[in-house]
Parts: sequence; C-alpha cells; structure tokens
Amino acid sequence: MTLAAQTMAAPVQGAAATPLLSVRDLTVSVRDRGVLRPLVEGLSFDLAAGETLAIAGESGSGKSITSLALMGLLPNNVAVTAGQALLDGTDLPRLPEAEMRGLRGAKVAMIFQEPMTSLNPVHRIGTQLIEAIRAHEPVPQRAARAAAIEALRRVRISEPERRMGQYPHELSGGMRQRVMIAMALAMRPALLIADEPTTALDVTVQREVLELLRDLQAETGTAIILITHDMGVVAETADRVVVMKAGQVVESGPVAQIFDAPAQPYTRDLLAAVPRLGAGAERGALLPPEAPVPVARLIDAQVRFDIGANFFGRPTHRVHAVEGVSFDIRPGETFGLVGESGCGKSTIAKALAGLVPHRGLIEVAGKKLSELTAQGRKEICRDVQMVFQDPMAALDPRMTVGEAVAEPLLIHGVGNAEERRDRAADLFQRVGLTPEQMTRYPHEFSGGQRQRICVARALALKPKLIICDESVSALDVSVQARVLALLEELQQEMGVSYLFISHDMAVVENVVDRLAVMYLGQIVEMGTRDQVFGDPRHPYTQRLLDAVPIPDPARRGRAHVRPAGEMPSPIRALGDAPARLALRDVGGGHLVAAAA
Amino acid sequence: MLGYLTRRLIQSALILLGVSFITFLLLYVLPADPVRQIAGRSATAQTVENIRHQLGLDQPLMVQYWRYLTGLVQGDMGRSYLQKTEVSTLIAARLPASLLLMAGGIACELLIGLTLGIVAAVFRGRPLDQGLMVTSFVAVSAPQFVVGLLLLYVFAVQLGWFPIGGYGTFAHLVLPAVTLGIMGSGWYSRMMRSSMVEVLRQDYIRTARAKGLTRGRVLLRHALPNAILPIIAMIGIDIGIFMGGIVVVESVFGWPGIGQLAWQAIQRVDIPIIMGVTMVSATAIVLGNLLADLITPFIDPRIKLR
Repeated sequence: MTLAAQTMAAPVQGAAATPLLSVRDLTVSVRDRGVLRPLVEGLSFDLAAGETLAIAGESGSGKSITSLALMGLLPNNVAVTAGQALLDGTDLPRLPEAEMRGLRGAKVAMIFQEPMTSLNPVHRIGTQLIEAIRAHEPVPQRAARAAAIEALRRVRISEPERRMGQYPHELSGGMRQRVMIAMALAMRPALLIADEPTTALDVTVQREVLELLRDLQAETGTAIILITHDMGVVAETADRVVVMKAGQVVESGPVAQIFDAPAQPYTRDLLAAVPRLGAGAERGALLPPEAPVPVARLIDAQVRFDIGANFFGRPTHRVHAVEGVSFDIRPGETFGLVGESGCGKSTIAKALAGLVPHRGLIEVAGKKLSELTAQGRKEICRDVQMVFQDPMAALDPRMTVGEAVAEPLLIHGVGNAEERRDRAADLFQRVGLTPEQMTRYPHEFSGGQRQRICVARALALKPKLIICDESVSALDVSVQARVLALLEELQQEMGVSYLFISHDMAVVENVVDRLAVMYLGQIVEMGTRDQVFGDPRHPYTQRLLDAVPIPDPARRGRAHVRPAGEMPSPIRALGDAPARLALRDVGGGHLVAAAA
Repeated sequence: MLGYLTRRLIQSALILLGVSFITFLLLYVLPADPVRQIAGRSATAQTVENIRHQLGLDQPLMVQYWRYLTGLVQGDMGRSYLQKTEVSTLIAARLPASLLLMAGGIACELLIGLTLGIVAAVFRGRPLDQGLMVTSFVAVSAPQFVVGLLLLYVFAVQLGWFPIGGYGTFAHLVLPAVTLGIMGSGWYSRMMRSSMVEVLRQDYIRTARAKGLTRGRVLLRHALPNAILPIIAMIGIDIGIFMGGIVVVESVFGWPGIGQLAWQAIQRVDIPIIMGVTMVSATAIVLGNLLADLITPFIDPRIKLR
C-alpha cells in the first residue's frame, strides 16, 4: 500500500494538466475494539476545476466516508490511515484541524442528503448564512447580510430578503436544500461535495436542484464531487464516474464509457438493476379482468384532519389529505398510486387499513369499513396487510423474526403453536429465506432480507390485498430488483393484489397493471399502465415523468418542462373546501382531470 | 398568546383549588388534634370543647373548607392557632428569605449541572466523562442534611470561610444554596449530557462544522440552544422538589424562611400555617411551570403558544 502510494507520484491520464484535487491511494479505517478495519481502500482519482465527478455505489460502498474524509469531518473512531488527498497541493487529511477549519466552507464546501434536518431549527436562515460568511471573512454584519441575500438570489429562491428572517421549518424541503446550496457556495469554494443531494427530494424538485447545481457550476467553475446511489442522476450530471463497492473502486472512467461499455460485471449488474421508464413492456397482456367483487373499492373517499385551535379548543384549519378519491383494486392485480410527498397516497393506505377515519365509501372484500364493529375491524386485517418503507423500524428488535412472522397467526388465533411454526417456516421458504433463520433477530439480517421477512409476515394470514407503501424505496437497486421479483412471483402463486405506493415512476412502471396519479389529495389521472405511461394527458403526470432522471448519458440535455413552483398547501381554513376535479374518460377507461 | 395565557391561568387556578382541597382533607383526617396542642395537657374537656367551637373545628368538613376557601380568595389565610398572628403576615415576613435561597439554589444547580453536562458530552466515553457521571450519581444520592452538615463542617467550622448559620449577607447564602443545588446539579448534569450527546449527533451540527465554524461556536451557538430545550421544562417541575429541600436546608442552616415555618407548624399541628405554606408552594410550582412554558417559544421558533 505505502509502496504503491510512493510510486503514484506521476500524473495520471484522464485529468487536466494540474488537477484541482488529486486523491491517491486513500485508505480510511475504523478502529473497532483496537483493530483497524478499512472502510475505503486505495481510492485514487483526479478532479479538474469545473468538472463533475460522480462517486456511485450502494450502501456500505464507502462513498459517504470518502466525502467526510475530504472534509475532515470523520467520526472520532474513523481516520485516514494511508494515502493522500491533495487540494491545490495541500494534503487535506494531514492538515491540522485549525487550518482545515479555515478551508471548510471557504475552499471545500459540502451539502448533505437530508435538507429537513441539515439546518439548525432554532436559528433564522439569515443568521445561518451570515455566520457561514463571517466565519471566513472579517466583513461587517451589513456586508455579510448583503452577500447572504446575494447567495440566496443565486440559488433562485423567491423573495430572498424575506427568507433571511424565516426559520427552517417555514420552508419546504426543496427550498431548504437551496438554502444549503447557497450556504455552501456563498464563499465560492473551489470544490463542492454533494452527498446524495437530491435523494430525499421529490422527483420534480430533484430535477430543479440538479439543474441549479449545473447552472451554478457553469457560472463559478466549481468542481463537484457528486455522491449518489442513483445511476439516473449520475448519467444526467457527471463527467466522470467512480463506481465503488465495499470500500474498493470497481471501475472508473468517463460517464459515456461507464454506461455504454462497462468493463466490470458489478457495474453491468448495477446498471441492469436500475429501473428504467419504458422497460416494463411484457406485463401489459396480463391485465386482470374486472371482477364482480373488487378486492378493495373507494368511492368518493375523503380523509381530513382538523388542526389548530382557537380559544375554546375548536379547530381553525383542516388538512384535506384525501379529497373525493374513487378507484377499485381487482383480484390479482397491482394497482399503483404515485405522486409527490404530501399528495395523500400514504393516507389512502392508512384509510384502507382502517387506521384513520374516513368519509365516503371504502370497501374491502365487499365489506364497508365504516360499518364494521371492533371485531370486524380485526377480521379485516386478515384481508389487508401492509409492508412499510423501513424494514428495520417495522420489526420489533427484541422479537425473533420467526415470532414476528407467526405473530399475526397468534393474534387471530390460527392453529396451535406447532402449526403456526410450520406455517412460518413455509413462509420463510416462500420468500427465499431458510427456516433455520427463524430464531435470529432483525439486526442479524441485511436490509433486503428484512424486507423479505416483512413480506412473509404480511402473507401469514393469506390476505387478499397487500399495501406496499414505498416498500422498496429504501433498498439498494440490486436488492430492490430482487424484492420486486419476489412480489411478482408471490402474486402469480397466490393471486394476492397489491396496492403499490411509490414516488419512483420507473419502479411503478415496471410493476403495476393500473395506476392513479395523485396531486394534492385528488386523482388527476388514472388508467392502465400503458395508457398513463404511454399517453400521459394531465400536465402534472407529464411533469412527473419528464423529471425522472434517465440512466443514459446520451439523452442528457433534452428540453424539460419548466416546473410550476411549489406545491400548494393542503391545509385550508374551515369551510373552505378545495374544488373537486372532474375526471373525464379519454378512451378505454383512461381518466384524466380537466386541467385547472 | 393572550388567549393561551388566560387559559393557562384558569387551569392554574383549578389546580390550586384541587391542591387546597386535598391538603385540607388530609389535615382533617390527621389523627393529631390541634385543639389538644393549643389547650395543653391539663385542660378540662369543657375548655377543649370551647376552643374547638371558637376555631370552628366542630363544624362539618365541607363547611370548614368553604369558610377557608372564601377567606383565601379575599386574601385571608386565617390566623395561626399558636402564634396568634395572621398567617399571611408570617409568610410575608419569611418568603423573601426562601425565594432568595431558592434563586441561589437554582442558579447553583444550573451553573454546576449544565456546565458539567456539556463537558461530559464533549468528552463522552472518555475518563473525564465517566468520572463526572460517577460524581453526579453521588450528588443525586447524597441526602441533603448530610451534604449540608458536611459542607458546614468543612467550610464553616474547619476553614472558616463562611458563617455557620444565619441570614443577611451573600456569604450566608453560599453554603445553603450549594447544599440545595447539589442534588439538582447531579440530575441536570446527567440530563444535559444525554440531551447534548443527542444534539451533537444531529445533521445541523455537521452542517455547522462543514461551514468552518470553530468548535466553541458550534457547541455554544448551535448545540446548546437545542440541547437546553428539554431542560427548561424540567426546571419548572423542579421547583416542587425544591420546596421539599428548602424545609431540610433551612433547618440545617437556621435560615429564616417558610421551610422552617412549615416545619415548626407541622410539629405543633398549626393547621392554618401548614395550609398557608402549602398554598404558597403550590402557587410557586404552578407559576414556575407556566414561566418555563412561556420561555420555550423564545428559544424554539417551532413552538407556538395557542
């Protein structure tokens, strides 16, 4: 390792004459009970000014640790143990903390994944921006304020002066990420590290933020290291790519080469697993026929929450989470529900499972939910089960996974202990695990395995409908593909229906038979997959589809529909109900709301 | 805001009403007879009955309570059975001393507790942190009369730095305030530590460091205001615990406050004084909590009082 580092002094091909950042054989290790274990090993790359390098990889690949190492922000028990990272000739990992602090935010800046939690909730936006400027330049308060407003203007935030006085919780996720970018770029750093900058954002907001980063890079010539798991984002933004796996570089090269001619099998598998729009063609013929009794039916369903309180404790406002939604789910079909955060798709899931009160009609297996007694509610759980987004949070850490899968049977008094154990063992085999694993605890499994366990648990009572609420969104693409394949296999074997809720249009296109697109609590478009994806009629559907990053560098730079700004709030004053959208059949059951 | 305040004050009045009734009931069913205490051992049965009648103690419970309550809302807390003085006068004379002691105690426990908590959080997992947490555990477990006597012996008797007892100057305040604050400082250092450790893990702390701020600024400007939020609510509740401590500390140091007054009154079954001190303490607790809730929105902009 050390020998290799010494012999790497000569410039490496593929970068400009003097790169801005030159990383050579960087090894980052964690000290675990006195033993050093490498998290990143022998990472080398060059980055020129104005260039974008993507570091792509799945969870555990070491991509985030790399960025923290460059920032000098590694946790206490993690350190750079070999190699160097020269920024304009300064070796960042060897720099004393006081000097590194002078570079952070000034010459190297960083933005993070979670805009909702990355800003301090108790300080105003302005205070946090001004602070970032004055940490590096001894300018008077007024000059720093002017610079801060200018920085906000550069990230195209509306009313920058007003934003200065606002607190983070008053801004949406997209706006907060803009503030983070403004803060990072306020000192015009030579290098910006963006760690999954758009992963937590809705797809249309992601599109805006990516375009913003590109425009700002053209203006300032900042070099960007983009850390991401999303190959679509890589294809749309990067000049060069480093693919990492388990702390090692698998492959690196220009973006076109990585996508068109990947040299390594891992890269090929990774790219093959990426869900793509327009790739789900073979499913269309299987569309289940309309049955006399749908698995679930919603007619004019409403869910509203009262909030706020006046002097007498009466509510003053109402959240119109779901407004007049009607659809049905047929036996054996996968019905998709798509839309951005706050559109009401998860609330529909909760209403269907009887977890939130609703108005209008919701029927499951021919029974009206609103007319059920407590006993009937319990019975309905046999027909509807859920699989959630975060499998770790959905499993009791102190219960063995075998117990977790058998628990629904116990609750509903199915069989005796031995029969339940047999059934659980059978389910484990069904989802591709072994019965021997039943005595283990959730933390002993990987994310994908945990989600399989959740699927097994959902299947225990042989439900007619499984609600998958963002069930594969937190999984790495390769794992995601396998869980999706499992779901489809189980459907063919057992004839179960899925309500598939997701923000990821490419995944939805690959798995659903029919779908509804939701916006602000209402359905704006509904039809078969081919109708909605092949011929999107509503402007919102078009915008959603257009915003999906395409994992193909050759298609970069296509013209995009300009986004129509922030989504309005579903919170309205009492008595001020939103206007209902009327759905019109444009042929073959393809329903589209008249554009408002 | 005004609506919130009105609602909270109405709530507070209801709480005080409940406290007054429960205390009154408890004192009524108490086996000790105040009239025996007043009349003395040699009094005849007739004298005892006369006194009982004079004080209205022969009336049914609800009549007695109603009489007390109507007096209370007019600011009349009754007369002490033994001292023959208005309870309000007795309490008014001693309240400032107790408030001073309480302020000193709170200042002491916050100063010691919060500082040590922050230090422990910054050095978490290292020997300094472990040492501090053991110390805080000792502070929490040590009985106040032991701590008081120990401090008296070392700093007043042996070293002579502070007076042994009494009231009047700042030097008089130090030892009682420290005694009163030491248990709380143990609690607060532990709470502050865990709150701070939690906050230091947050994304916005990483953001602050990525901006290139100094360690001190990250700690004091970004971590502290967030970490202190749960502590503020605790201070409001803490005033109740303080009331108990005051009784002990005032007797150890001969501090002329309401704690001493209450202690004497309990020994002699002087019901009006016990009632009076209880009501004043309850009012302090209720107001302390209200104050804590009113302060929070100034630190946390996400909280709005409605």
